[in-house]
Amino acid sequence: MSLLEVQNVSRHFGSLVAVNGVSMTVEPGELRAVIGPNGAGKTTFFNMITGFFRPTGGRIVFDGTDITSLLPARRVWRGIARTFQVTEVFPALSVRDNLRIAIEVASGLRLRPFLRRDDQTAVQARVADLLAISNLAPMANRLVGELSHGDQRATEIMMALALKPKLLLLDEPTAGMGDQETYDITQLIRKLHRDQKLTIILIEHDMRVVFHLAERVMVLAQGAVLADGTPQQIAANEAVQTAYLGQAA
Amino acid sequence: MRLDRRAADAVVWLLLLTMPFWLTWIGGYTALGTRVVVLALAAMSLNFLLGFTGVLSFGHAAYFGLGVYGLGLTIKYLVPSSLAGMAVGVIVGTLAAMIIGALIVRLRGIYFAMVTIAFGQVFYFIAYRWNGVTGGDDGLSGWRRLPVDLGFARIDILNSDYALYYWSLFWFAIAVLIMAALLRSPFGRTLLAIRENERRARFLGIPIDRHIWISWTISCLFVSLAGTLYALLNNFADPHDLRWDQSGDFVIMAVLGGMRNFWGPLIGAAIYVVLQDYISSQTENWMSFIGLLFVLVVMFFPRGLLGVLRRRAAP
Repeated sequence: MSLLEVQNVSRHFGSLVAVNGVSMTVEPGELRAVIGPNGAGKTTFFNMITGFFRPTGGRIVFDGTDITSLLPARRVWRGIARTFQVTEVFPALSVRDNLRIAIEVASGLRLRPFLRRDDQTAVQARVADLLAISNLAPMANRLVGELSHGDQRATEIMMALALKPKLLLLDEPTAGMGDQETYDITQLIRKLHRDQKLTIILIEHDMRVVFHLAERVMVLAQGAVLADGTPQQIAANEAVQTAYLGQAA
Repeated sequence: MRLDRRAADAVVWLLLLTMPFWLTWIGGYTALGTRVVVLALAAMSLNFLLGFTGVLSFGHAAYFGLGVYGLGLTIKYLVPSSLAGMAVGVIVGTLAAMIIGALIVRLRGIYFAMVTIAFGQVFYFIAYRWNGVTGGDDGLSGWRRLPVDLGFARIDILNSDYALYYWSLFWFAIAVLIMAALLRSPFGRTLLAIRENERRARFLGIPIDRHIWISWTISCLFVSLAGTLYALLNNFADPHDLRWDQSGDFVIMAVLGGMRNFWGPLIGAAIYVVLQDYISSQTENWMSFIGLLFVLVVMFFPRGLLGVLRRRAAP
């Protein structure tokens, strides 16, 4: 069974058609990239999968359940986690507390007025795990707002991972980063995909990242699917080169 | 860091426990101390919502006033018992908050604040107009607090200012310790998360509206508890206790002392009460001085007077 089936979804904003009849099927364990020029509808497409917007047409089935009209929190509970194009963290809290909140919510502890000792131990162990995976351990007690852009991004990705998602959506994980930071985040994503067998969909502008990571690439242009295939197929596709790669070069 | 915080907490509790003894040395009196404790409880309860959930209410006087009138009406018409009056005041205030909260919790920012004022004014006008029961504009008088009989002990809050102070401090301590514990719990951390970044919190799977509603209800429960203590202190229920400017006073206390600091509103309430007591004996225009101080604090100490210590956000 496919993990995610997006069936012919559309989203209109007034007379603007942001996404027009896009379909996508993602199998468990895949790492899929979505690319396209600015305004192609990539983020809108993500927003429909995560429940930020409802589609104006079409259906979204996740893990065998129709989630088309579920609220965001309920989609998270079913296993969809995301990061945002502009990093969304809790800047005035420490890295540790950022991760801890995500872990506690994911462990069903969010309404607890106190923590039993064994729960507390479990939460702390999980915080340590996530810190170790991401190399954030030396910064654990610093406020996230004081960290570099790359480390804030890494914190955000680890918060999403803390939710133990079945599907992780990353919206331009390397946006606004230098070469070293881009490399580090790419390595982190690759590690999550390989070691945790995590299914990932990412939107990305940096072609090096896309070709380095993705097994399949979907190209959106003007709200519709322009091409879908392996990175090699996409690189060779003339329509894509005209619409996107050519324009970027 | 942790030791500093414990030391600060210890100092605060020690000062509160000994207040009736040192207050007279600096020209105060015990009832003034009681007023500080009671209004500080109200301001700290408001700040549970304002400073630690990031939700501004300009209508907390409604639940404070429901506590005041709940106690006054109970003692006057129903049961001559301070404890029964407190129970009724808290229950009425909290129930009203639960119902109104459910109606308005979807609103955010200035819209939420405006609607809290509107609901607050509804209760004010009921108290103001319903002469036969509430005493209307003249307030509810003709009753007074009664000694608390616990069966094994009798606390004479009627005749002893000390007893009333420690009775108030007892409830203050329970409420404040509960709020402090909640803020250190997983639930409390979800509130900080909502304050810090609502979008991130939502996409972590926190049902935002439900958590804000719970925070609102807890905040209003303790503010109505403060209202019942305020009624005991005054032996009187004033419709002004329900009005929007009373809500504003709570916000001023919280901002003055520092709303990101757990003890900030206590400092704010102390300054407010002492200044009011001192300046109002000199001039009717005491509010001008509080206003001036408020403007200076907001301009030069935007984090409030305790905010200059720049303690971490969580208590």
